[in-house]
Amino acid sequence: MSMENVYLGIVLAPLLGAIVAGLFGQQIGRAGAHWVTILGVAISFLLGLLVFKDVVFDGAAIYNNTVYTWLASDGVRFEIGFLIDQLTALMILIVTFVSLIVHIYTIGYMRDDPGYQRFFSYISLFTFSMLMLVMANNFVQLFFGWEAVGLVSYLLIGFWYMRESAIYANLKAFLVNRVGDLGFLLGIAAVLMYFNSLDYADVFRAAPLLSNLTVAIIPGTEWSVITLICILLFIGAMAKSAQVPLHVWLPDSMEGPTPISALIHAATMVTAGIFMVARMSPLFELSETALSVVLVIGAVTALSMGILGIVQNDIKRVVAYSTLSQLGYMTVALGASAYAAGIFHLMTHAFFKALLFLAAGSVIIALHHEQDIRKMGGLRKYMPVTYACMLIGSLALIGVPGFAGFFSKDAIIEAVSHAEIAGAGFAYICVLIGVFVTAFYSFRMFFLVFHGKERMEAHARMHLHESPAVITVPLILLAIPSVVAGYYIGPLLFDGFFADSIKVAPEHDVLARVGEHFTGALGFIGHGLAGPAVYLAAAGVAAAWYFYLQRPDIPPKLAASAGWLYRLLDRKYYADDINEFVFAAGGRRLGRALWKVGDATLIDGVMVNGTANSIGRVSRLIRQVQTGYLYHYAFAMIVGLLLLLSWFVVS
Amino acid sequence: MLSDWPILSLVIWLPIAGGVLTLLAGRGGDGPAVRPIALVFAIATFIASIPLYTLFDTATYRMQFTEQVPWITTFSINYQLGVDGISVPLILLTTFFTVLVVIAGWEVIKYKAAQYMAAFLIMEGLMNGVFASLDAVLFYVFWEAMLVPMFLIIGIWGGHRRVYAAIKFFLYTFLGSVLLLVAILYLYFESGSFSLLDFHDVRLERVPQILIFLGFLVAFAVKVPMWPVHTWLPDAHVEAPTGGSVILAAIMLKMGAYGFVRFMLPITPDASSELDWLIILLSLIAVVYIALVALAQEDMKKLIAYSSISHMGFVTLGFFVVFSIFERNHEVAGAAMGVEGGLVQMISHGFVSGALFLCVGVMYDRLHSRQISDYGGVVNTMPVFASFFVLFALANVGLPGTSGFVGEFMVIMSAFKANFWYALLAGSTLVLGAAYTLWMVKRVVFGDIANDGVRELTDLNGRETFVLGSLAIAVLLLGVWPAPLVNLMHSSVAHLLEQAVASKL
Repeated sequence: MSMENVYLGIVLAPLLGAIVAGLFGQQIGRAGAHWVTILGVAISFLLGLLVFKDVVFDGAAIYNNTVYTWLASDGVRFEIGFLIDQLTALMILIVTFVSLIVHIYTIGYMRDDPGYQRFFSYISLFTFSMLMLVMANNFVQLFFGWEAVGLVSYLLIGFWYMRESAIYANLKAFLVNRVGDLGFLLGIAAVLMYFNSLDYADVFRAAPLLSNLTVAIIPGTEWSVITLICILLFIGAMAKSAQVPLHVWLPDSMEGPTPISALIHAATMVTAGIFMVARMSPLFELSETALSVVLVIGAVTALSMGILGIVQNDIKRVVAYSTLSQLGYMTVALGASAYAAGIFHLMTHAFFKALLFLAAGSVIIALHHEQDIRKMGGLRKYMPVTYACMLIGSLALIGVPGFAGFFSKDAIIEAVSHAEIAGAGFAYICVLIGVFVTAFYSFRMFFLVFHGKERMEAHARMHLHESPAVITVPLILLAIPSVVAGYYIGPLLFDGFFADSIKVAPEHDVLARVGEHFTGALGFIGHGLAGPAVYLAAAGVAAAWYFYLQRPDIPPKLAASAGWLYRLLDRKYYADDINEFVFAAGGRRLGRALWKVGDATLIDGVMVNGTANSIGRVSRLIRQVQTGYLYHYAFAMIVGLLLLLSWFVVS
Repeated sequence: MLSDWPILSLVIWLPIAGGVLTLLAGRGGDGPAVRPIALVFAIATFIASIPLYTLFDTATYRMQFTEQVPWITTFSINYQLGVDGISVPLILLTTFFTVLVVIAGWEVIKYKAAQYMAAFLIMEGLMNGVFASLDAVLFYVFWEAMLVPMFLIIGIWGGHRRVYAAIKFFLYTFLGSVLLLVAILYLYFESGSFSLLDFHDVRLERVPQILIFLGFLVAFAVKVPMWPVHTWLPDAHVEAPTGGSVILAAIMLKMGAYGFVRFMLPITPDASSELDWLIILLSLIAVVYIALVALAQEDMKKLIAYSSISHMGFVTLGFFVVFSIFERNHEVAGAAMGVEGGLVQMISHGFVSGALFLCVGVMYDRLHSRQISDYGGVVNTMPVFASFFVLFALANVGLPGTSGFVGEFMVIMSAFKANFWYALLAGSTLVLGAAYTLWMVKRVVFGDIANDGVRELTDLNGRETFVLGSLAIAVLLLGVWPAPLVNLMHSSVAHLLEQAVASKL
């Protein structure tokens, strides 16, 4: 089998599964639907392993070829094609691995749902879309995948379409993402205009030649073309990867079933923006302005969203805000030109965050869809496997040395400390404080759920038991990489794993400076113990332990005494309120005004009916003249004749 | 040889003959043969139109399948037909949609079915005539005659305010047409011929060019419709029966845009270049202003009507960004994408808006309401229908993989080359279009069952599934692989651009 067919197989297997489960769900039944989709994704995963081996271990040449021409116009060919390099190979593995686990988990989680087949069809369709996105060799296909994952996200957030909150959330997610898509599409238009091609290879090759070109968007101002392109593209990334201020859709996306919160809204789709910027590193490296924007936005997101995690009481929303914050860390890495560290964190985060979500899901079904952590507590003894897995996930998330998250997050923090572009100092402080905040909200949730008093209703407590194997086995399968994935830090970050798939300008290469002291994973742990991050994390855990297990009476008092602050956090910095008032209600009001005033009153009222009325008036006037008396007409004729004659004589 | 057949005459007169036969079969009540006859003729016409695609030579811009017979020799008026890469897709769209409209009206139309079917068949022939005419008088005759069946469709099978809507429709478009006639007569006196191809070559001074341009603009802008002469459209759509709305949205709106490329750009290139800002301004107002108005609609048909106006703004925008790009690069290369994007948008909008009106028709046939507030949770009782409706809504939103994306993408890419702000304003449709379309979907399709009416809805029958399924395939196919359609246009558009940038002064 040629590699070309392997690549096609990787994307088509899940698509086929999705089509079969979607169109023939009734015929093949529930088991048929999960088997066909799992088979599809499993094939993708195995072929993905093959590709990984081919590219990474056997050092195969980078594949960059067209499958078919989508459209040709103006001498530009827009194509569907694949670029298979180290970055792609790694992303294929991450996507198909998490997707496979989530497929299996779904068998247990969605067991009683009437939309079982539809759900499997959607998540397989998602896998297809995400693979098209990461395997693209051009901007058009990237945008295709980008919008397709957005579509599936829309469908899945609104999966339980009877719930008003779900269909509100999915509309909101779609619209906010569309704001980003607008930026993204304009970025693509700019690329097309200046490079006359949308092929990555062409664009990246020509990019350095354009680094001094400027454009006047507002007459009289000069913008660097590359900066403009990068910022427009990054607006797209901000929506998809939920960066402030386009983050508002992600917490609401938790209305979707938990498996997709893990797969789409934590592990894969929301990291598409991170992947995109890493893919575009040859462009971003040419604009320090753009890198600074990325860095600052990421830092603000990392800290401000983490803080919101502290006041959430819905177990999924805590994890969601944690995702937002971690996406901020990845963005910070990109801004600091530590793209490899961003992708590394993307990978470890995919494992431990999927684990956290799926473990949360295990808790949720054990409690019959209770999501309020204030009504949990003491679950440790009922759900030992879930407990252990959640603990591993939490330790990985907060960056305890030895766990996967430690390596990737510490690499980012170290990298930022070496960065010299504008905003680096600010970002460094944000990510450090963020470590404390992460540990605090993570273990606040962990303690409230698994330790302390059992606060659930007696009825719920009676039926409490560990989830079945179809749920716990996926947890264990994710717990393993949540620990061990970190030990690949050496090969991934410091040994040139990404080769030419990621470009870093020598003056920005912070990872190289981090690597100067790198002596292996264990050495990195030792180095980490000498820095502040580990102790900040420990302090966070201790604080959570004190406030939520030792003195649970303090938090409510604190909330009451700092009322304005608590309200600010509880209202999520009023971001939703502002959006709702200014954009949603404002748009509706403006539309109504334009309709009633512009269309109905001015155009129809004044212009159309006004014309009709004035014609009516004129004809009434003219009617007055037509009296029917012959002498009136004769008189008029004489007057006319006289006027005509005198005009003739005068001229 | 099949190519020697008078295919264009066939696609014009076959459906008209079919319409007359249908009328005869329906004399004295609706005979049982009425619907089958209409369907046979609709399908036969569609089949007859297929060679226009398969035998089309994409290498030349010259008119193909030409026919010429002297008609009124005194004024050198000819029955002159011919098509190029711009008109062929529009004729295929017309013949395709007529089949669907006949099927869609099969059981629904009980009152005067023969007349209903005949009106659509005759209108099909006349619309094909508009797209195929190369003689201005012939064009004008078809252009005007086409209004009559549509006027009747709205006036006879329409809703409560059908007479108001029909007259508003007729007057608006008729007033525009008068100026078209004046312009055509002026061009005849200048060129001594009524052939459009001679019009293309006739030299014109600046002032007459601008006056002719404005005359054309009024005539065509009403049909498109462009802001601010658009208010007839929502009324006409609301009152028209489903089939009328479908043809109106899918085909008739394209007539105006067709006029832009067949008349304005090649006949008045200097005026077009001088006044391109005006068209761009009106187009962008259509895209933004109308999208906001669509957001406020409570009637589904009105919402889709406003959405149509907004989407047609992309078409006119794509046609007229050419001049700014040319000014910047001093070569036509790089400008074709806008025009081709506009043309693709015409075809795609035909499919998508036609499909959406059919969807509303499906619901209206069951609940007799077009009000969004009368629905809610339709997916619970009509899951198959809901899948189609969501698909077409997403196509309306311009999701990649559906036809709706292709044209918008191409136009935005071109608009950016002309001016960043054009692209930004046009691009606002990404957000606004999604807002009004998906908000409607949310309120109509999703949610809990809103009332007993919705509770008793039945899902699509075979006939409806066939109609919506065909459109779904078209929308997806065009979205996944638009190359065959666009390749059809390249030569014609390249020639058009040469005409548009060559001064006639």
